[in-house]
Amino acid sequence: MKTPTFFRGFRKPKNSEPNKFNALHSASQWALIWAKFKDHKLAIVGLYILVIFYACILFSPIITPYDAWEDSKYIYAPPSKIRIFHQGKLSRPFVYKQDIILNTETFERTFKPDKSKPYPVRFFVKGAEYRWLGLVKGNIHLFGVDPQTSINLMGTDVLGRDCFSRNISGLQISLTVGLLGVFIAFILGSVIGGIAGYYGGIIDNIVQRLVEFISCIPTIPMWMALSAVIPQDWGNLKVYFAITVILALRSWTGLSRQVRSKLLQLREEEYIVAAKVCGTSGWKIITTHLLPGFMSYLIVSLTLEIPKMILGETTLSFLGLGLRAPTVSLGVLLQDAQNLAAISAYPWLLISALLVVIAVLAFNFVGDGIRDAADPYKN
Amino acid sequence: MKLIKYIIKRLLWGTLVLLFVSFFSFLVIQLPPGDFLSSYIARLEKSGMAVDNQSMVALRHSYGLDQPFIVQYGKWFYRFVRGDMGVSFLYTKKVESVIVERLPATLLLSFTSLLVIYLVSIPVGIYSARRQYSVGDFLASLLGFMGMAIPGFLLALILMWIAYQGFGISIGGLQSPQFMDQPMSMAKAIDFMKHLPVPIIVITVAGTAALIRTMRATLLDELGKQYVTTARAKGLKESTLIHKYPVRAAMNPIISSGGWLLPELFSGETIAAIVLGLPTIGPLLYRALLGEDMYLAAGCIMILSILTIIGLLISDIVLAITDPRIRLG
Repeated sequence: MKTPTFFRGFRKPKNSEPNKFNALHSASQWALIWAKFKDHKLAIVGLYILVIFYACILFSPIITPYDAWEDSKYIYAPPSKIRIFHQGKLSRPFVYKQDIILNTETFERTFKPDKSKPYPVRFFVKGAEYRWLGLVKGNIHLFGVDPQTSINLMGTDVLGRDCFSRNISGLQISLTVGLLGVFIAFILGSVIGGIAGYYGGIIDNIVQRLVEFISCIPTIPMWMALSAVIPQDWGNLKVYFAITVILALRSWTGLSRQVRSKLLQLREEEYIVAAKVCGTSGWKIITTHLLPGFMSYLIVSLTLEIPKMILGETTLSFLGLGLRAPTVSLGVLLQDAQNLAAISAYPWLLISALLVVIAVLAFNFVGDGIRDAADPYKN
Repeated sequence: MKLIKYIIKRLLWGTLVLLFVSFFSFLVIQLPPGDFLSSYIARLEKSGMAVDNQSMVALRHSYGLDQPFIVQYGKWFYRFVRGDMGVSFLYTKKVESVIVERLPATLLLSFTSLLVIYLVSIPVGIYSARRQYSVGDFLASLLGFMGMAIPGFLLALILMWIAYQGFGISIGGLQSPQFMDQPMSMAKAIDFMKHLPVPIIVITVAGTAALIRTMRATLLDELGKQYVTTARAKGLKESTLIHKYPVRAAMNPIISSGGWLLPELFSGETIAAIVLGLPTIGPLLYRALLGEDMYLAAGCIMILSILTIIGLLISDIVLAITDPRIRLG
């Protein structure tokens, strides 16, 4: 990969000290931030994980072998074993067909592999039709097996739906709720906090009190109360937006606080006074002179706010107050794993929870990395 | 004198916040389409009970449902202040009596959790700061990250499963079913103690994780300061030195953290209680919201917020006592 131009001069001269010195001094702020961010190992790992997750979201209908809502006869099938030895001989990866054995007394289903015939895992197979990004029609899936059997990397659920496909679809909702929510919180927080911090005085006082009011109400009960009043007859998309707005209603407070305190500090800087003397309008000073001054701090708190929102959505949906089926989010999927009986009998249902934990950890690591890198002039 | 003035100021402030919260709670009652009485009537009719039209009109009038929003709010608030929170349709009881039943368990759990958070996070935070980058510090950081990343309900489910599989403790609740209606006894107390750890861990994990990080960071800042070097240079014993000066200075952010810790605590408590089936206010709110029992829901939000505000007041006052800059500033 080619090194982006903006820090090409910065990386190359590793052994010659004087050059490095020059490069360090002429490197832009963002180049320095990136360089420092790269030293944070966990943050880089987190970044990789997030890139993979979001790539999965982007290409979800292609990656998933089945439609997330398609029933099958394989009810509560455990994750398929991908094998490479058929009758003692090495072969390409394959699965065995699962015979369903129904215990007529307990009505318990057990699965027994039929070891006579291997069904190889094929790549780029034709399967269920989909519209990629709602635009491009297609029916090619990254992998799959012959339709006589099925491949369920993460098992199946109560209706025999493929959990792998459902989890990937769930990621789509769960990980975008955080982004969209943070976007709303970002606008609310930076505008309100910006106004409070820039003008100070009475406006500042009112905004500060409002923020304190909101922080006095325990988060989860407040979210629960707000999402409970979402009308039952709203469509999936409307509920989705309502939930993101509800999550954002809490998050903007912390953000506005940070924007405000940073602004109060920057306001006294001489270049701002100079701009004022020149007769620049208040709005222009905020957007062109002040905002760039603490953009990095904003990004830090935004990244750390996303995982909270993801957890919030998951919790609300788990409790049945958030998104509702047929919408698939990780929280909605976890509704199936609400009791101990289900968890101990079908532990693969908890994979959704594992995905939540990984995503949240990744965001936290990246946020930590950015926080350390945000102020490259500190050391 | 200054302290008393400060306390009075905070008390007035708390009352103001309470007014705001009450407005929010009332808004929640109002938001669903139609008023709660019509949904109550619909439910009665669905279950086949006769609805007496006249008494409904009377009820409607007494709750002021035929009046504008702000008047309704005034009436509701006036009743609330006098201890009348309305009727719960789910429990067919007065809201205040339903809530009061669950108040002791809520207070007990929250108070114990708060205690556990402080008792764990302060020593661990000190240890982490003194032995930065040691194995223990690493473990504490790991715990911190996991505490932040695992959703509360998941932790509750997993611990419940472990408690059941590993220790054979009955699932959920705060006591085994056979002790439900018995008077207090030694066996009952022991049984109760056995049920306590799982909810406490679920509630405290996120808060403890955050506080350890705060304690560690502030103490590390303090340890780098010159007075610490001076104290070392004059030959003060290391443990005395640490506990007498930097730890004290690092305590203030911990005390003031009570401000955000309490709302967080009630949040965690709500989740844990719903999953574990604890007899606290959280599940009550949950059930009220699912069943559109709006007076009960508003009452629960109010009580949780009042508890939070009282907690905030206490932490503010404690901070004013320990940190003169606040009461004099």
